[in-house]
Amino acid sequence: MTLERVSKVYRGGVAGVREVSLDVADGEFVSLVGPSGCGKSTTLNLIAGLEEPTSGTLRIGGVVVNGLSPRERDVAMVFQSYALYPHLDVRRNLAFPLEVAGMPRQRIRERVEETAALLGLTELLARRPAELSGGQRQRVALGRALVRRPKAFLFDEPLSNLDVGLRAQVRGELKKLHERLGATFIYVTHDQAEAMTLSDRVVVMHAGEVQQVASPRELYLRPANTFVAGFFGAPRINLVPPEVLGLQSPGEGLEVGVRAEALTLGLGEAPPGAVRGRVYLVEPMGSEAWVTVEVDGHRLVVRAAADFGGSSGTPAWLTVDREALQWFDAATGKRV
Amino acid sequence: MRSVPTWLLTAALLTFFLGPFVWQVLTSLRPEAELTAPGLPRALTLEAYRSVLGGRPFLHVVLNSLVVATATTISCLAVGASAAFALAKLRFPGRSLLLGAALAVSMFPPIATVSPLYLALRAVGLRDTLGGLVVPYATFALPLTLWLLTSYFRQLPDELYRAARVDGCTPFQAFRRVLLPLVLPGLATTGILVFIFSWNEFLYALTFISSPGKRTIPVAISLFAGEHAEPFAEIAAASILATLPLVVLTVLFQRRIVSGLTAGAVKG
Repeated sequence: MTLERVSKVYRGGVAGVREVSLDVADGEFVSLVGPSGCGKSTTLNLIAGLEEPTSGTLRIGGVVVNGLSPRERDVAMVFQSYALYPHLDVRRNLAFPLEVAGMPRQRIRERVEETAALLGLTELLARRPAELSGGQRQRVALGRALVRRPKAFLFDEPLSNLDVGLRAQVRGELKKLHERLGATFIYVTHDQAEAMTLSDRVVVMHAGEVQQVASPRELYLRPANTFVAGFFGAPRINLVPPEVLGLQSPGEGLEVGVRAEALTLGLGEAPPGAVRGRVYLVEPMGSEAWVTVEVDGHRLVVRAAADFGGSSGTPAWLTVDREALQWFDAATGKRV
Repeated sequence: MRSVPTWLLTAALLTFFLGPFVWQVLTSLRPEAELTAPGLPRALTLEAYRSVLGGRPFLHVVLNSLVVATATTISCLAVGASAAFALAKLRFPGRSLLLGAALAVSMFPPIATVSPLYLALRAVGLRDTLGGLVVPYATFALPLTLWLLTSYFRQLPDELYRAARVDGCTPFQAFRRVLLPLVLPGLATTGILVFIFSWNEFLYALTFISSPGKRTIPVAISLFAGEHAEPFAEIAAASILATLPLVVLTVLFQRRIVSGLTAGAVKG
C-alpha cells in the first residue's frame, strides 16, 4: 500500500491532511498516531475510500485506487464505536459483508462459523449487539472485518472504548492475531503506548502532517523533532536550555532533550559536575518513582528508585548521562 | 402513590380531550326524539349506525379515504426517507438550503393554492380522481416528513453508515439494509401523522372531487346535512366510524414508536 503526497483539503481551505507519503509493506503493522485532530483518522478514511483525497495518489496492491468505492478496495475496518448493526444478531453481523458481496449461503455459513470459533464467539451467534458486553462487541467488530479476508485491515481507535484492564488484554490478542494472519494492519490511535507495543513502524502525525515514520525504538531514541520526542515515552522527555544542566551547547539557539532515565538523582553531597535543585513533586509508580526536580526555574522529571527518600522542597542534585543527550533547534523544534 | 393534584390534573386533561369524543358517542347512540334533550340518554339505539352504513354508500367513501391516505403515506415515506437519508448522511452542496426550502413550501396557506392546483390537475387530467388528491397531499405532507425523518436519520451514528460502506455497500444499499431498518420507529410515527393529515383533509377533497362516488369521509360527512333536515346522530355516528381506523393504527404502531431499536449500536 502506497500513499504518494496525498492531501485532503476541505471546503473553506481547512486541511485535513497535507502531503502524506507512506509506504506500507505487505503484512506490516503500521500505526498512525497523534493528538486528536492531527489527521490520522482522515488518513484512514482516505485509505478506506470513505473520503476522496483532493490531490495525490493512493495505491493498494500496486493498483491506483483513487476514485474507487470502498467496496472495490477490499479493505476492512474496525471502528471505535464498533458500529455493529443493532438490528442483526451476531451471525448476521458477521455474514453482512459476505452477503453484500453475494457469496453463496453455504460458504457464508462456513466462513462465519470459522471466524466465530477463532474469536470465541460461537456461543454468542444468536445474540443481538445490545445483549453483548463491550469486549464481546469489540470481538464481533473484529470478526466482521476478519470474515472477509481482505487485503488490509484498518483500525480506528478500536480499543479506546474498552476498560483499562481489558484494553491491555485485547491489545495482546491483536498482536498475536496479526502474527497469525500475516495481513497488513493499519492502526490509528492517540495512545503512544498502543502504537509502541503493537507496531512494526509508527507514523507520527501532527496538524495534518507526517512528523516522522520509524520503528518504535527509533522514535524513542532518535525523534525527528521536539513534538515526536514529547509524544513518546512516559514520563515525558525533558526539554530545557543546555545551561540548566550545566552543559556546553554545540551550537546557537539549541535545546537539549533528556529522557528521565538519563538523569541520576541524589540527596546530600553532590558529586562534581552535578547541578543543584529542589524536589518539586514525587510520584510513586510502584517499581520506581517519578520525581520532578526544579532547577533554575525549569522542571525536570527523573526516574528514581522506589524508596526515594526526598519529598517536596528537599534539596537534591542531578547528573546527566552525556551519551543520551538529544539536541533540537529551539526555534524550529527540529533535531540537530 | 400519586398525589391528589396529579389525579385532578389527569382527570381535567382526560375530560378536555375525551369529553367531546364521549359526547359524540352519546349523540350517535341517542334515539332521534331525544337528540336535543339534556343529560344522559334514557335509551340507546344503533339506528344512526344502521342508517350510515346501510342507507348511504358510506363504506365506499371509507374505502376512498383509505386508498387516498394509504397511497399518500406510502409515497410520502418512500420519497421522504430516501431524501432524509441523503440530507442526514451524505455530503452535498446546499443541503441545509434544501431543508429550508422544503419548509417554505409548507408555509403556503392551502386556500391560496386551491385555484392554481385545480387548473393544474385539470390540465394533467387528474381532476376528480383519487390520484388528484394523492399528489397534492403528498406534496404538502412532504416537508414535515422530511424534517422528522432527517432528525431520525441524524440520530443514527455516522459510523454505522461508514461501516456499511466499508463492508461493501453502495450508498443505497447502506440506506436500505442498515439505516432504514433502524429508523422504522421514525417511519411509523411519521407515517401515522401523514395518514391522519390526508384522512382529515377537507378543502382539496371538497374542491377537486365532484363525483359523489369519489368523495372522502370529511366531505361526505359535511354533505349529510341538507339532504335530510339535521341528521346529528348520523353525523356523529359517521365521525366515530371515521376515527376508528386512526385509533387502531396508532395502537398497532405504538410499540414500534416507543421501542428504542438503536440500543446497542454503539457504546453508550
